[in-house]
Amino acid sequence: MTQILLKNFEVEGLTTLKVYEKLGGYKSLKKAFSMKPEEVLNEVKNSGLRGRGGAGFPTGLKWSFLAKDSFPRYFACNADESEPGTCKDRILLEKNPHLLIEGLIVSSYACLIETGYIYFRGEFQDVADLMDEAIAEAYKKGYLGKNILGSGFNFDLYTHLGAGAYICGEESALLNSLTGMRGEPRSKPPFPAVQGLYDKPTVINNVETVCVVPWIVNEGSEAYKKLGTEKSTGTKLVSVSGHVNKPANVEIEMGTPVSKIIEMCGGMRNGNKLKAFIPGGSSVPMLGIEHIDVAYDYESLKEAGSMLGSGALIVMDETTNIVEATMRLAYFYMHESCGKCTPCREGTRWLYQMLGEVLNRRGSPETIKTLQDACDNMAMKTFCPLADAAVAPVVSSIDLFPEDYKSFFAEAAATAG
Amino acid sequence: MFAFTKESEEKIETILAKYPEERKMSALLPFLTLTQRQEGWVSPEAMVEIGKRLDVSPAYVQSVCSFYTMYFQYPAGKYIIRFCHNISCYLNGSDSLLDYLSKKLNVEVGGTTDDKKFSLIKEECLAECSAAPVMRVNDDYHVNLTKESIDKIIDSLK
Ligand SMILES: Cc1cc2nc3c(=O)[nH]c(=O)nc-3n(C[C@H](O)[C@H](O)[C@H](O)COP(=O)(O)O)c2cc1C
Ligand code: SF4
Repeated sequence: MTQILLKNFEVEGLTTLKVYEKLGGYKSLKKAFSMKPEEVLNEVKNSGLRGRGGAGFPTGLKWSFLAKDSFPRYFACNADESEPGTCKDRILLEKNPHLLIEGLIVSSYACLIETGYIYFRGEFQDVADLMDEAIAEAYKKGYLGKNILGSGFNFDLYTHLGAGAYICGEESALLNSLTGMRGEPRSKPPFPAVQGLYDKPTVINNVETVCVVPWIVNEGSEAYKKLGTEKSTGTKLVSVSGHVNKPANVEIEMGTPVSKIIEMCGGMRNGNKLKAFIPGGSSVPMLGIEHIDVAYDYESLKEAGSMLGSGALIVMDETTNIVEATMRLAYFYMHESCGKCTPCREGTRWLYQMLGEVLNRRGSPETIKTLQDACDNMAMKTFCPLADAAVAPVVSSIDLFPEDYKSFFAEAAATAG
Repeated sequence: MFAFTKESEEKIETILAKYPEERKMSALLPFLTLTQRQEGWVSPEAMVEIGKRLDVSPAYVQSVCSFYTMYFQYPAGKYIIRFCHNISCYLNGSDSLLDYLSKKLNVEVGGTTDDKKFSLIKEECLAECSAAPVMRVNDDYHVNLTKESIDKIIDSLK
C-alpha cells in the first residue's frame, strides 16, 4: 500500500531536519521552484486532492479563487483539530513537523503567498513548541526566509495558538481569532480567498491537506490520481477510535471498505457485534451495521447517508447505549456553540435537555417529536454549519435506533405505573 | 499589581514580530496565554496592562478573554487537569475514571482543591481519540488511562 502521510513514521528522529532530509525531505522545493507557480497549482488541481478538514473542497480549485492582483496574501494552516474522534493532524504534527513546513512552502509558492500562520488549538502547546523548533531549523537551512534556495521566493512561517474553542476550526472564526478577536464566524461572502486575514486574500487548508502536496509535486498528479477512486483520489488518514481492539490512525487508499478499516484496527473489541459507526467525526450522521462494507470515500459515504467529514471513524459495539452516546455529542455542541445565532445557541441546549429527559425515563413519543422539530428548526438556519453538525447525530440515531429510544419510554411507563 | 517579568518581556518581542506592525492586536491571545503562564490566571490588572500594550481597551481584552475556555479569570490550581469525557473517551470508560479521579483528589469536577494544587476540568475532546481515555495535565498529554496510571501520574506531581 502506498503511504504518503505516514511514510517513515517509525524512523527515529524523524522530527529533526537531518533525518527528514536524509529520507528525501524538502526535495519537492527544488522541483517546484523549477516550475512556474501556476504550474504547481495546476498539478495540485489535476491531482483531484480535496480538503481534509471536513468539507472536501477541491484544493487546487480553492487556490485558483484567490483574488487576482491583490497582495499581500496569507496562508492560514488549520491545526485546530477539535472535532470529537479526530486525531490525525496531531500525529502528523507530532511525528513529522517538517512535512507540514515543506507542504506550506510549496503550496504558498503556488499561491504567490509570502506569509503563513499555523493556527493550533490551544491544547496543542506541546506540538506547537515542536513546530517552533522545526521552523527554526528550516530557517537556518534556508528553506524559510528570503530567496529560498536562490529561487527568489520569500516565505515566512509562524505558529499561533488558540485557547480552547472548537468553533475556531471554522475558517472565518479562525481568521477572527488570529486577528485577536472572539472566535465568531464571519458572514460569507466575501470568502477568505478574496477577503481573509487582515482583509487580504487568504488560503485556509487543513494540516493533512497540506502534507499531501509535497508528494504530488514529487511524484506528479497522475500518480496521485491512480490511488483511490475517480472522484476521491489518493489516500486518507483515518482516526479510528471506540470499540475496536487496536484504535489507531491508519492510512488507507480512498475506497477501502469500512469493514477492512475495522479489521486493520484489530477487529471489534471482545469480538462483539458492531452496532453503529460514525464515519467522519462527530458532525456527520451515524450509520448502522448494514453499511459495514461501505467504501470509505466522499461519494460512497454520502450515498450511504453520511459524510467523510474529518476522517474520524468512531466505532460503537452492541453494548453501546445509543441515547447516552448521542447525548454526549449533544453536550459537545451545546458547550461549543459560539452563541451568535439563536437556533444554535438555544437549540443545542434543548437537544441536550430533551435527550436527558429520555435517558432519565421521563420521555415519551412526544419528546421524540419535539426533538425532531427542534432539529428541523436548526438545520440550515444558522450562520455556520455547527448547528447542522449538532443535529446530525440526533436525527440519525432516532432514525436508526427508534427501539433504543422507545426502550426508555417503556421503562418510563412501567415506573410510572 | 501586575507586571510582565523580564522573561515574559523577551517572549513579547518574539510574539510581536510575528504580526504586521499595524496588526499587533493579533498578539492578544498570545499575550493572554503568556500572562496565564506567568501568573496562573488572568487578572483585571493584567488585562489593563495588555490593553495598553496593544492599544485596545481593558473591556475589549476581557470580552475576548472570556470567549476562550482555557483562560482563568480567577486563580486556579498549580496543575490544571483537563479530562476528556467526550465520545471516544466516553466509549472507553472515561466516566468512571473521571469519577475515580474526582474522589481521589477530593474535588468536584470543575473545582480546585483546597490546597490549590489541582483544578479538575471536564474537557470536550483533546484530539488523541485513538488513545482514549485521555487527559492533559498542564501541557502534558496522558493517554490510554487506567486507574493505575492515573494514580501514578497524580502521585508523581509534587
Ligand atoms: C464548526 C466547524 C469546525 C471546524 N473545525 C475544523 C478543524 O478543526 N480543522 C480543520 O482543518 N477544519 C475545520 N473545519 C473546516 C474549515 O472551516 C475549513 O473548511 C477547512 O479548514 C479548509 O481546509 P481544507 O480545504 O484543507 O479542508 C471546521 C468547520 C466548522 C464549520
Ligand atoms: S451556528 Fe452556532 S456556532 Fe455557528 S455562528 Fe451560529 S451560534 Fe455560532
